[in-house]
Amino acid sequence: MHTNKNYKVLVEKMSPKSPVLKNCVRAFFFGGLVCFLGQWLSYLFIWLGASREDSLSFVSISLIFTAALLTGLGFFDRIARFAGAGTLVPVTGFANSVVSPAIDTKSEGFILGVGAKIFTVAGPVIVYGILSGMLYGIIYFIYLLLTGGV
Amino acid sequence: MKNRIIPLKNPAYFISHAAVGGHEEGKGPLGRCFDLIEPDDKFGMDTWEHAEGEIGRLALGFALKKAGLASMDLRFLFAGDLQNQCVASSGGLYTFGIPYIGLYGACSTCTEALMCLSVFLSESGGESIGAAVTTSHNCAAERQFRTPIEYGGQRSPTAQWTATGGGAISLSARKRESIVPAAITAVMPSKVIDGAISDATNMGAAMAPAAAESILHYFAESCEDISSFDAIVTGDLGRVGSELLLSLLSEGGIDISKIHFDCGNLLYDFDLQDVHSGGSGCGCSASVLSAFFVPKLFSGEYKRLLFLSTGALMSPSSVQQGDHIFGVAPAIKIERTDLC
Repeated sequence: MHTNKNYKVLVEKMSPKSPVLKNCVRAFFFGGLVCFLGQWLSYLFIWLGASREDSLSFVSISLIFTAALLTGLGFFDRIARFAGAGTLVPVTGFANSVVSPAIDTKSEGFILGVGAKIFTVAGPVIVYGILSGMLYGIIYFIYLLLTGGV
Repeated sequence: MKNRIIPLKNPAYFISHAAVGGHEEGKGPLGRCFDLIEPDDKFGMDTWEHAEGEIGRLALGFALKKAGLASMDLRFLFAGDLQNQCVASSGGLYTFGIPYIGLYGACSTCTEALMCLSVFLSESGGESIGAAVTTSHNCAAERQFRTPIEYGGQRSPTAQWTATGGGAISLSARKRESIVPAAITAVMPSKVIDGAISDATNMGAAMAPAAAESILHYFAESCEDISSFDAIVTGDLGRVGSELLLSLLSEGGIDISKIHFDCGNLLYDFDLQDVHSGGSGCGCSASVLSAFFVPKLFSGEYKRLLFLSTGALMSPSSVQQGDHIFGVAPAIKIERTDLC
């Protein structure tokens, strides 16, 4: 029989690799499409009378709503299977990562199910997002102290 | 070890079999062989977990009906599924009121259940009848082992698709004149094999060493001729695992490539269905055995086969903690006793 080390080499050889180039191209176009859509939404909101800054918030809200709706209707995962990082990296991916556990855990109740498990996928983004924000704040504060900005 | 194979004093005869599948299984090449393909993957239930229980209930119901049996005719029920503490089996099958033994062997549960049941029947003899029921549900398994069902991500090409389905097989200690005698004549439990794989998206690679060890040991201990078998069937190695198995066996000096079938490769259409390396889950081998192989034994197309469901033993915690995924591959020998 194989030793474990030899076996790993064999497994490596026989396991098909993820099609990285194809995935990158798809992600590039789908991610671009989401951003393109966002830009036109922003123009639309400005045309409707929103300020430039407000229009960006409306764009995020619209994209999050659309991704959440598509997740609920069961289409998002099918699109994402094709688009990969193209739908994962924009705010659409974050919306999906919060809505999908919420749908899944509804059967376990609203407190211990949805409430406790809604951030099982998005949790790391939130935790490390806040943590890196804090670190950046501290570094910026020290910088201001040193340069006499405070 | 020279006494791992257990020849049964009394063979355990197949009396009926039933397979139930979801809509994805219905689209596969074996779709027409199932007793029931349910287009609603929730099987009319409120949760995925209950749906898995319902698959077992329906499958056993069909198996009993086909054999003209009532649940009180059965002395033992061996059952298992993929959920924690096998709640799908207990929840789905309790209404039958049959003395129950729950099993967990990951995807090897089908063979494990048939192995245990046939030994029980062989020992109890007489008019004893028992059933083995195994189920899995894609959505219940995704929820328990991987990511939420509607989560949008890409899967590795080595990943497999947990089958939504199950199989029920009833066996009898006594040969019945009205039914052609296909029987389990020997069983062999598996060792736990460590292939040093910790990638949960490559279960085929985690299980292939166990299947290879079991097959090599079986033929070394039994001294049987491989050519006397019509098929050597593995549970759910998928495309990657099957290739690895053949490669490991050829190093061990055995070539089974002409008679090797893998249930995970048979259940779905690779060209039309997005199942990557193939089907998996304990319902995969259970439903393919019931829908495809047992009918071939009954028709006489196959006279002797070795059936090994392959199991990858892991939990979400063990995977996250970087543990190896251990493999098991118990084996049963199924024969047409009148033709062999």
